[in-house]
Amino acid sequence: MIKNEMIQEIITYRHLLFMLTWRDIKIKYKQSIMGFMWAILMPVLVVSAGILVKTAFSMFSGKPIDLASVASVSVKSVPWAFFVGSIRFATSSLTNNMNLITKIYFPREVLPLAATFSNLFDFIIAATLLTFILAFSGLGLSIYLLWLPLLLIIFILITTALGMFLACANLFFRDVKYIVEVILTFAIFFTPVFYEASMLGKWAPVLLLNPIGALLECINTTVVLHHAPDMFWISYSALWGIGGLLIAWKIFHDAEFAFAERI
Amino acid sequence: MSDVVIEASGVCKKFKRGEVYGSLRDLVPAITKKVFSQRRSVELQEKEFWALKDVSFQVEKGEAVGIIGPNGAGKSTMLKLFSGILRPNKGHIAVKGRLSALIEVGAGFHPDLTGKENIYLNGAILGMTRKEIDNKLEEIVEFSGLSGLMDTPVKRYSSGMYARLGFSVAAHVNPDLLLVDEVLSVGDMKFQQKCIEKMKSVRDSGSTIIFISHNFESVNILCPKTIFLQNGQIKNIGKTPEVIKEYVNSARSYDGNSHQEVTINNIILADNNNALNGSFIPGDKARISLEISTQRSLKDCLLGFLVHRVTDGISVCDYNLPLDMVEESSKSTPLVIEFDMNLLRGAYAISFHILSHGSTRYLNRTYNAIIFTIEERVSWQGISHLNPVVRKLK
Repeated sequence: MIKNEMIQEIITYRHLLFMLTWRDIKIKYKQSIMGFMWAILMPVLVVSAGILVKTAFSMFSGKPIDLASVASVSVKSVPWAFFVGSIRFATSSLTNNMNLITKIYFPREVLPLAATFSNLFDFIIAATLLTFILAFSGLGLSIYLLWLPLLLIIFILITTALGMFLACANLFFRDVKYIVEVILTFAIFFTPVFYEASMLGKWAPVLLLNPIGALLECINTTVVLHHAPDMFWISYSALWGIGGLLIAWKIFHDAEFAFAERI
Repeated sequence: MSDVVIEASGVCKKFKRGEVYGSLRDLVPAITKKVFSQRRSVELQEKEFWALKDVSFQVEKGEAVGIIGPNGAGKSTMLKLFSGILRPNKGHIAVKGRLSALIEVGAGFHPDLTGKENIYLNGAILGMTRKEIDNKLEEIVEFSGLSGLMDTPVKRYSSGMYARLGFSVAAHVNPDLLLVDEVLSVGDMKFQQKCIEKMKSVRDSGSTIIFISHNFESVNILCPKTIFLQNGQIKNIGKTPEVIKEYVNSARSYDGNSHQEVTINNIILADNNNALNGSFIPGDKARISLEISTQRSLKDCLLGFLVHRVTDGISVCDYNLPLDMVEESSKSTPLVIEFDMNLLRGAYAISFHILSHGSTRYLNRTYNAIIFTIEERVSWQGISHLNPVVRKLK
């Protein structure tokens, strides 16, 4: 399915991938008052919104807000912001670079990858800040934090795969990016970022069918709740991640020859 | 055989006119199948046309080949097929070695980034590694003549500066195989000069070059061999001056010597040593040998000797030379016209006619019988070489 040449080509063009990622990062912060603060602003806004929602819940249910709730929202918002940002940028990554696609040869995968990686950079900044805050907040560490790298890798795989697929789809059908925008707006409702899936009781698995939701819950479990994450859901998401990437890449690569003509 | 770096065999490429389905609303008629089947169907569907039909040729390592032809002939399409940006519908393309294509100057420039940042970006897009760019950064900046502006975002550049920066980066890519599409027509005279010099040094360093241009002078200077492409088909491949001549002639519908009372044949341009030549320097002596065949007496006739500059059609001269030395005979009379190439840099075309003295009737008109170029570095522009010399007045 994925041939060695495809991987080799990306490796040959790694300089270009790096430069395009660097370009996407730089232009976000150029000539802006906030500069790098933007990387933190998005998650801060999401976390603040989450805290508001949690406060509303607690007022409704009579239970006070505790550190764990706030930590949960924060820990799930940062990867969520990465996901939303990556998908948004990746979908338009091909159509925004029409002049490159019609004039220069390079493996087109590089464009949605650069979009995803530039958002990864923002994610790292926000995550580092969050780690500092949580470290001093008394949340505590546990051995289960060792699950985190694996969970993040699967998360990135799914995001990359979806980004590649949507980029390709948007090139052929220009309304894909609008549909994506709508879905992303409402996704915050059916993804357990501001709430826990467990709140839905026996309907929780339905929510967890969304691999992103499942991963966010696993992250929450390991970082905040200090439990081992559910093996079933990890395997489920891993399948989505690896399978998704293989399928998305193949589709992208097979359609690539038509890009310059159909863009 | 093993030296062939580009090979095109039986290449055909078609495009579709009009709009293509662009939204999910039109998804109902078979989606993905439609995208992929475009390649498999090799006949012309409705609204499609052949941009290239049955194109075959080879380029060997180190060759510099020009491609000329009218707009829409398929030249850029051919470059895109070589780069891998498009795939042929029929036929096969093989490219050996690292390829860099200059199809647009400043490809990938981002207006918010500074000149220096864009050099790195553009260089990476054209295939250079970061280290390569580090090494050549000074050269690139110097070549562009924009050293004071490297820290300014390029959206503040004038279009000339933009183009010069773009070409400067492009000129310093040192690939095995360089494809150049019309990017030399940027910048002022001085800069264009630099560009051709740079192209020459890239060629002389052993890279293979394919050069598309409408500027015959540059093509003649850079490429010994040229391909003439028209309506998607190769009309001719051969020595550059000959092919340029064929292209220039095809632009006029006059078909030469037929049905004329007097015919002029075997028109050959040579230099002072009678060696065939298409390229001269100002002040060279040249000669044209030709044969006039006629049944009638030409004693009262005049031989028109007209020279035009090819790029803009300006008339350089329009002589009517007496032909009293031609006797009436049924054989052809060989003649020679000796003249001085007091011309400045450019591409020129020589035309002839035979005029009956005292009448307005042409017995023969031969357009663009010869195309030649003048190479020099002494003047910025102009047509006539007046050979000025400055001396101190005693």
